[in-house]
Amino acid sequence: MFEKVLLRNAGVPGSERIDVYLSRGGYQALPQALARTPAELIDMVKRSGLRGRGGAGFPSGLKWGFMPTDPAITKYVCVNTDEGEPGTFKDRQLVEQDPHQVIEGVIITSYAVGAHRAFVYIRGEFFDGMKRWVKAIADAYERGYLGRDILGSGYGLDLSVHRGAGAYICGEETAMIESLEGKRGQPRKKPPFPAQAGLFGRPTLVHNVETLCNVPHIVQRGPEWYAGIGTPKSTGPKIFCVSGHVNRPGNYELPLGAPLREIIFEHAGGVRGGRAIKAVIPGGSSTPMLTPDQLDTPMDFESLAQAGSMLGTGAVIVIGEGTCMVDVTRRIARFFAHESCGYCAPCRVGTRRLAETLERVETGQGRPGDLDLLAGLCEGIQGRTFCPLGDAAAAPVRRSLELFRGEFEAHIRSAC
Amino acid sequence: MNLDKVPEIIARYGADKTASLAILQDIQAEYHYLPRAALEVVARSLEVPLSHVYRMATFFRSFSLNPRGEYVVKVCLGTACHVRGGPAILDTMERELGIKAGDTSEDNKYTLEAVRCVGACALGPVVLVNEHPHGNMTRDEATKLIKQLSSQEGAVQAPEETPLPRASVDLTGVPRPGK
Repeated sequence: MFEKVLLRNAGVPGSERIDVYLSRGGYQALPQALARTPAELIDMVKRSGLRGRGGAGFPSGLKWGFMPTDPAITKYVCVNTDEGEPGTFKDRQLVEQDPHQVIEGVIITSYAVGAHRAFVYIRGEFFDGMKRWVKAIADAYERGYLGRDILGSGYGLDLSVHRGAGAYICGEETAMIESLEGKRGQPRKKPPFPAQAGLFGRPTLVHNVETLCNVPHIVQRGPEWYAGIGTPKSTGPKIFCVSGHVNRPGNYELPLGAPLREIIFEHAGGVRGGRAIKAVIPGGSSTPMLTPDQLDTPMDFESLAQAGSMLGTGAVIVIGEGTCMVDVTRRIARFFAHESCGYCAPCRVGTRRLAETLERVETGQGRPGDLDLLAGLCEGIQGRTFCPLGDAAAAPVRRSLELFRGEFEAHIRSAC
Repeated sequence: MNLDKVPEIIARYGADKTASLAILQDIQAEYHYLPRAALEVVARSLEVPLSHVYRMATFFRSFSLNPRGEYVVKVCLGTACHVRGGPAILDTMERELGIKAGDTSEDNKYTLEAVRCVGACALGPVVLVNEHPHGNMTRDEATKLIKQLSSQEGAVQAPEETPLPRASVDLTGVPRPGK
């Protein structure tokens, strides 16, 4: 049985309170981190193999290393709590039930990259999470974990919370930075990358909530312990959000590389009503579906890429037999068309045409040639948009068309 | 319409241009939508063109430029809620309320919206009433929920609006773009 790391406090009564966090060994990594040099910490995170949990899986230590080390340069850290990928609800739980774990991670990370100012950007819909953040930050200030001269180390950090207002794209780091600056959340051109010029033009490190939660544990228990969890290239624990047609939907923390079958059947209680599985979305709606014969795929970055999909946020949506895949695909396409920020044509026009065409097919108005049109649209979007939203929209549609072509063809003849 | 609260809200943020999103959110929390006159006050106070405020108000989905009902009923149609029967719940809500998704009832009591994933997928299908989640919905539960809301006579208490927490640290000292 895997011993929980990130969710070890979840479910403990009052886990969101600072006293409960302290009584369970919280804020013990912080003094250890402050006793080390930033360079040592960056090296520890590099050796741990930690990779971003927000979807891209970029090595965190490398990202920290991109930040300039000159102390004269003002730097910022941003905490991405704009969890919006359909099927994902892990960061919400971490923030609502263990906000101090996140804060401890933020302080250590900020110290390591030499930032004295950090910003939380939280999804506007997360009212409870917002309240928890504000309370936890106030308590951390009161106890001397935030503010000037943290624990007598001479290092200081200020942290504040800012709300988003219902834009999926603000989960993309440069869009989030724009929004924090008080503008529309439209992604920026890269380069320059945020580590060179981010928030207010200063070097900025943006991390997902779950990623930051790993940091105190790496400091406290060592990078070798951490790297021993998971697979050689995908190390550490991961929270899998399981939803859809399962008996026990919820967040399950397991080592990266846990087989999809184990997650669905051992942890999430199998499929509702004993139905067969028709498809599984492994990492949130933007990741291409897997089929029942791929259930033994280990849930890590490499294995999922090999299976033609992505780990994404680790949001596993199980779709049982009897579900209309044309309808599911239409819903996904509609979501991305709605969330396209409208900046670049391939995404703005492409996602809308995808949604319209799928609408037509789903409602029995499909025309011969519509499936080729859909495939062509995906071709025209993928790799040609300003930011990754276009790819996120096209990849699942393309896969769905490949896997369930017969179902789409039947819909063109008549709606289901 | 009484817009006295608007300058008060703006003052909370010290008329800081970078706080425009937070200001609009507080205004919407107060009035349930963004009245045009309020946007004009914001533009004047922040010394930005009205078009800038309008750009913000139309980009972020949680803003509404039209008055909304006392109860904003949101039906989640994220992928997970979809496969667990979200569309049937929306259908029931449309029938019960006699309005289509996106509309507000004539008595201004209800606004019905179909929304993207609300991040509560383990509870799917989910309905939010003024941001308060109701999970594991069925058609019957949806009907019951509306009956309950409708039976609350007369002046229904203001939506359970979370008192909007302010940023705990002000941004003084943080460089502003263009300065």
